[in-house]
Amino acid sequence: MSKLLNVSSSPHVRDHVTSQNIMLDVAIAMIPATAYGVYQFGVKAALVLLVSILSCVLSEYVFETLMGKPVTVSDGSALVTGMILGLNMPPAIPLWMPFLGGVFAIIVVKQLYGGLGQNFMNPALAARCFLLISFAGPMTTFTYNDAVVSPTPLAAFKAGQSVDVAAMFIGKIPGTIGEVSIIALLIGAAYLIARKVISIRIPAAYLITFSLFVFVFGQHDLMYVLTHLCGGGIIFGAFFMATDYVTSPVTTKGQIYFGILLGVLTGLFRLFGGSAEGVSYAIIISNILVPLIEKISLPKAFGKEGK
Amino acid sequence: MGLATFKGGIHTYEGKELSENKPVQVLQPKGEMVFPLSQHIGAPAKPLVAAGDQVLVGQKIGEAGGFISACVISSVSGTVKTIEPRMVANGSMVMSIIVENDGKYQEAEGFGKQRDPKSLSKEEIRDIVKEAGIVGLGGAGFPTHVKLTPKDETKIDTIIVNGAECEPYLTSDYRMMMEEPESIIKGLNIILQLFDNAKGVIGIENNKPEAIRVMTELVKDEPRITVCPLKTKYPQGGERALIYAVTGRKINSSMLPADAGCIVDNVDTVISIYNAVAKSTPLIRRIITVTGDAIANPQNYNVRTGTNYAELLEASGGFKTEPEKVISGGPMMGQALFNMNIPVTKTSSALTCMSKDEVALSAPTACIRCGRCVNVCPSHVVPQMMMQAAMRSDIDTFVKLDGMECCECGCCAYACPAKLPLTQAFKEMRKTVIASRKKA
Repeated sequence: MSKLLNVSSSPHVRDHVTSQNIMLDVAIAMIPATAYGVYQFGVKAALVLLVSILSCVLSEYVFETLMGKPVTVSDGSALVTGMILGLNMPPAIPLWMPFLGGVFAIIVVKQLYGGLGQNFMNPALAARCFLLISFAGPMTTFTYNDAVVSPTPLAAFKAGQSVDVAAMFIGKIPGTIGEVSIIALLIGAAYLIARKVISIRIPAAYLITFSLFVFVFGQHDLMYVLTHLCGGGIIFGAFFMATDYVTSPVTTKGQIYFGILLGVLTGLFRLFGGSAEGVSYAIIISNILVPLIEKISLPKAFGKEGK
Repeated sequence: MGLATFKGGIHTYEGKELSENKPVQVLQPKGEMVFPLSQHIGAPAKPLVAAGDQVLVGQKIGEAGGFISACVISSVSGTVKTIEPRMVANGSMVMSIIVENDGKYQEAEGFGKQRDPKSLSKEEIRDIVKEAGIVGLGGAGFPTHVKLTPKDETKIDTIIVNGAECEPYLTSDYRMMMEEPESIIKGLNIILQLFDNAKGVIGIENNKPEAIRVMTELVKDEPRITVCPLKTKYPQGGERALIYAVTGRKINSSMLPADAGCIVDNVDTVISIYNAVAKSTPLIRRIITVTGDAIANPQNYNVRTGTNYAELLEASGGFKTEPEKVISGGPMMGQALFNMNIPVTKTSSALTCMSKDEVALSAPTACIRCGRCVNVCPSHVVPQMMMQAAMRSDIDTFVKLDGMECCECGCCAYACPAKLPLTQAFKEMRKTVIASRKKA
């Protein structure tokens, strides 16, 4: 033997899953919703997505280079943040806004807190809320069929108008680029679950709690609940944003609690809040509570149950 | 209903196809024999011989150094060269008796004499097991006579024979189940003779259907013995996971299997008990799997303890490709070796030679809190949080998080997509905690 042997502590084998291919799977899962958004809203939507992805990736690259840190763009997390941010934008938004959002998401929310794994809020959602508060007008101006400004079905529904649930399911409605087509989102969600990237715990707890909440405190009508599920960003949020590893609990029970909290908050905001939508705020508020949720949901070690 | 199993665990590449159909070959040693005085958990044995003494096959050359200790038996005849520290598989230097093998294999008096176990009392059986130097051959090396002497023997209701062999690549237990199934049944019956209220259960992972078939066939006429097929999942053969799968009872790190009414013995331990009790043959051999993608001819060998690992390698045709990592044991819990100049001991199970070191190939990245470590942990703790505590050397938090319940199985580090050395960090922390408790 000419070479020296490698010596390290066991285990000596590793699973083939890497952080990078997890991120890639998340990106792949968003392709149906992205494709539908571009098909529905046209070139404008494609540009918004492009700008927000480039903004996130460049922000990460520039910040890490300037700080003399290893550049981690290749892990794919900035790409995913960029996609989620872009999919959360109205298609007709001026392009400098997704750019600003990307810078805020990556530099303020993620890198200033220590980079990947250290941010306590979902960067894309925090950036969306930042833009929503700063530029309420353009962030809530939704268009459909080329520049016809119209309210989202959820807003119309809240105002007491009737809406077409089938159209909402397919996505023939105004809204943000990625949230409109429930069917496209569910295809992506099924992919994530089949690939074991996410577990069903958070989305299931979220959607069930939310459904019960609106059934009890809204109208005792299943069609009413269904309209709420197909409207706004709840499906997108439940499967793609609430399940963000970094900002959701690692404990099994904690994930259930987290989902229940999300369901209650979203229900509160939607039924009793000023605006028709509440998913983004529900998620970032719950994000902040994750350390507490983990604290109360620590599992009992094997053989120490009941002690 | 699903197969008996536990919550957590991982599915790895099994690698058993390399050697599972290779019958066990007897390999006689060539060079000097090294008998470390500590091949078990507990106090080291005390040497009974000195340089220049003649020893025989089956002769006791080390006396148990306490209740939790084990005797050391010579596997060859020859002359004691010296007693000096030698390196063992885990890299430490252990006082060892070095014997120059004369190649004659002259046996000690009474060696190999047939005995009827039924004619022996419980005390006699326990004494034979102790004098035979038998320890847990699954890897931990806990002295078997201590296991067979629980505080209250009437409370023991289940004797579990561990035939899970969940460690990837290893096939030695499988070969023994295929080649000496009767010895397992007879050995188990000897243990059952000690515990009047107990039944015997042989647990086998369902990736070994032939072994399950053979053993099930044999226990048909054994009223006290059953076979329990287990789901193939690492670490199914871990003591806590196995007891839970078979009986539904849970023990934690501060409990013994006896606290759950169980005694767990590895397949080969049971065979060794049979050999010692019925054939007056103490523990002088091990079944070793020589395997891995760097090995020319993967094999299973019946080797005398004390044989040099390099002889195993040579017998298997050496390396097919240059290895990056050589492991004593399997890839999940085995010890990486600096070189092959170490002896086969009672707890040796395999020599696994890998052409690629997956650990060196995967650089750690930031934790993304994915929770995979939590999902796979068979001890149901939160490795992600324990790792944060370990990185800060925060012993208090580590203990509060039940870090001492970690069984070091390696599932978390295997599953981690960020390739963080979780298990490795926990081993360090656990050592620190145990050391500080001893001091206090």
